[in-house]
Amino acid sequence: MSNVVQLPRWIDVGLLPILNLVLALAVSGLVVLAIGENPIEVVEVLLYGAFGYDEAWGYTLYYTTNFVFTGLAFAVAFQCGLFNIGAEGQAYIGGLGVALSALYLDFLPFPVMLIVSAIAAAAFGAGWAYIPAYLQARRGSHIVITTIMFNFIASSVMVYLLVNVLRPEGSMSPESARIAEHLTLPNIVSLASWFGIEAANSPLNLSFVYAIIASVLVWLLIWHTRWGYSIRTAGANSVAATYAGIEPGRHIIMAMMISGALASFVALNEVMGAQQRLLIDFTAGYGFVGIAVALMGRNHPFGIFLASLLFGMLYQGGAELGFEIPTISNDMVVVIQGLVILFTGAMGNMLRPGVGGIYQKLYVAWINRRNSRESA
Amino acid sequence: MHQMHGTGETGAVQPAIELRGIDKRFGAVHANKEIDLKVDKGTIHGIVGENGAGKSTLMSILYGFYQADGGTIHVDGKLCDIKGSEDAIAAGIGMVHQHFMLVETFSVLENVILGVEGGAVLRDGVDKARVELERLEREYSLDIDPDAIVGDLSVGLQQRVEILKALYRGAEILILDEPTGVLTPQEADHLFRILATLKEQGKTVVLITHKLREIMAATDNVSVMRQGAMVADRKTAQTSPEELSELMVGRRVLLRLEKGEANPAATVLHVNNLCVDNAQGVRKVKNASFTVRAGEIVGIAGVSGNGQSELLEALGGIRSASEGSVLLNDQDVTPGKGVDAAELRKRGVAHVPEDRHRMAMVTGFTAKEAAILGYEDDPAYNKGILLDWNAISKATANMMSEFDVRPDDPDLKAANFSGGNQQKLVLAREIMRDPELLLVGQPTRGVDIGAIEFIHKRIVAMRDAGKAVLLVSVELDEIMSLADRILVMCDGVIIGEVSAAEANERILGLMMAGVDPNQAKAAEGQA
Repeated sequence: MSNVVQLPRWIDVGLLPILNLVLALAVSGLVVLAIGENPIEVVEVLLYGAFGYDEAWGYTLYYTTNFVFTGLAFAVAFQCGLFNIGAEGQAYIGGLGVALSALYLDFLPFPVMLIVSAIAAAAFGAGWAYIPAYLQARRGSHIVITTIMFNFIASSVMVYLLVNVLRPEGSMSPESARIAEHLTLPNIVSLASWFGIEAANSPLNLSFVYAIIASVLVWLLIWHTRWGYSIRTAGANSVAATYAGIEPGRHIIMAMMISGALASFVALNEVMGAQQRLLIDFTAGYGFVGIAVALMGRNHPFGIFLASLLFGMLYQGGAELGFEIPTISNDMVVVIQGLVILFTGAMGNMLRPGVGGIYQKLYVAWINRRNSRESA
Repeated sequence: MHQMHGTGETGAVQPAIELRGIDKRFGAVHANKEIDLKVDKGTIHGIVGENGAGKSTLMSILYGFYQADGGTIHVDGKLCDIKGSEDAIAAGIGMVHQHFMLVETFSVLENVILGVEGGAVLRDGVDKARVELERLEREYSLDIDPDAIVGDLSVGLQQRVEILKALYRGAEILILDEPTGVLTPQEADHLFRILATLKEQGKTVVLITHKLREIMAATDNVSVMRQGAMVADRKTAQTSPEELSELMVGRRVLLRLEKGEANPAATVLHVNNLCVDNAQGVRKVKNASFTVRAGEIVGIAGVSGNGQSELLEALGGIRSASEGSVLLNDQDVTPGKGVDAAELRKRGVAHVPEDRHRMAMVTGFTAKEAAILGYEDDPAYNKGILLDWNAISKATANMMSEFDVRPDDPDLKAANFSGGNQQKLVLAREIMRDPELLLVGQPTRGVDIGAIEFIHKRIVAMRDAGKAVLLVSVELDEIMSLADRILVMCDGVIIGEVSAAEANERILGLMMAGVDPNQAKAAEGQA
């Protein structure tokens, strides 16, 4: 008999995240009121900006793609009991892999490049994650500390490379040369036009399809393969894992490398797709938001996809907001995004005891009423 | 079944505690069903029941950790609304938890005054507390140094600090939740002497336990709980362990195992001069040499912490050997290089570890996930690269029906099963692989009486099927009733061997204390 009330699944994965979101929006509404704007109008503009027209949809889903990758990256490591704060750096270094393969192997035909660039991204991202993973597994250095530090190292390394090595001669901006047109990831709009669907242009590209495939693969890996089972065992109870012959250290390294590879796919969306070149700081905080996405999505691919959509909406709708309502500055938009991250991620369990208590009371009342009716 | 006890002698005196119609649910679990209980003043009152019978929930309601959904609590005849432990303390109720609530780096005195320091200046409170503490210690012969650091004290002494804490807060009624689970037999005896002193001084003691021997030895009255209901109240003098166990389980229980003669065959396990170090490099097993043959149960007895755990873990492939060798059917399986738990499983070694929660299962997993732990690579559980959850569900359902695991739901979280049912699931997982060698540690720790009987029968059945069984247990009763040969460990050394026929508690006890077996037997002969 467990002493803690076990909440039904629909409360845990449905009601609680929605309540957290409502709370975040309510507090955001108060902030909006405080600067003298109408919160209802703000929500309308935000929703219209995110979903109101097809270009908006394109941008929303383009942001969503990045969040799916970084959210999945966090979730896979989390299933092994690891807090991977390093998705930002892993994605950044993944970008290096993508850029190098696309720039130096540009003789490859496009279908081959699709695979090679993905492998290059994964190899660089996983390789970058391997070092903190090894230090955690074999030397006991805490993964949170090392991955944070590796974000800074990645950032410095990339600045050096972009300024001194990858910058084309004569260019003044710290960025790589453009990737050859025929090697970039095709735009979703141009793909859609093959099927006779016309839409306004947006940076949404083939990597969105990758994101969906990656979600399904992660779901299969974690819950439907023996490797995922081993990763979860090692994460939940390393003593039980050792007893079962599952070596925890090896699985820590494995989970972190998968995590790093997933994070690196942000580079496919950005470097191969949207920007078509390696830019400084192209990761733009997606790695960190991925933590909130994964926590809100309860570390499950389906939840992560929905949470990613929400954050994609906030990013795109927020940009529209700053444009439409001048008093809502860009900083204001960041405040709203921050509140959502705060309530859904960091304080995700704040309402749990209260909701649990109410559920318990209602349940007992329901049982008692049923019993009294039966005895009557 | 409801028969009220002991109003004859105490006459019109109010009971110290009276519970009326206490009812409590946790979600779908009806933990306490309309409980009535009377505890007379100045008595030691036992509450027995299997794990999950609702004893701890009832006491947690009394102490204010949970709120009852219905019913009332009366202390000294007065209706009490206990909303938190402060209310319980104010009503004169003190509780000694199974897991101590002590700050290990603080001294005894500091722990005792924690939360009742009295004023902003610590000095005044400490001086007053010291005087009061010394008085309490004298009065109840608790015998403990107020300035000792709690972390340095033995478990038995830490428990006395908990009792002191309760008395210092003016407790007239003391609740002890499974107090002897962590104590050696000598410490337990001392505890019961303290409880007797408390009773003489007019305090009331409520003793929660599942050990019937303690109930018979220490209590005046006893109440029995089963499946959330209070099923009987008895005067201890007028009942027997047999009656109590029947009341607890709801049917007749065999307290003594019946088994036939062993027919040992070829040697399966051969351990040669095995040495095992712990993580700090301290040698825990020193030159252990012994054999286990097919068709016999070899028991390893010893006071907890004398190297048995490390020996078992090494044989299970969890720890490496520092020196020596292990042969399984004449093949080298010395744990360490290349031989881990997974490898040993492939070679037919099944291992039921001592610590169920920490090692045998992942409590957050479902039963079917727990049922494949260690065997997740088995082709029967996989279809290509994916796990075959249908096959796993079927296999789990099969284990559950074979080993009578209740509820028989493969999708239920492992943590939601009672201790006995968790253990039966672990045994099913290991035994149904039909291993050559079964390693079993503490098979019935935290397991209820009904399940103990079942688990013992299954272990004997393994022996009778011609398998080798190595049993580690700190329960002497268990070792003596199951094992055909008994090895005794003390300080990492196997002191000696006793056959089941010549074993008794005194010989084993002497050997566990490190006395040479021949001397132990000679001492027994003189006695």
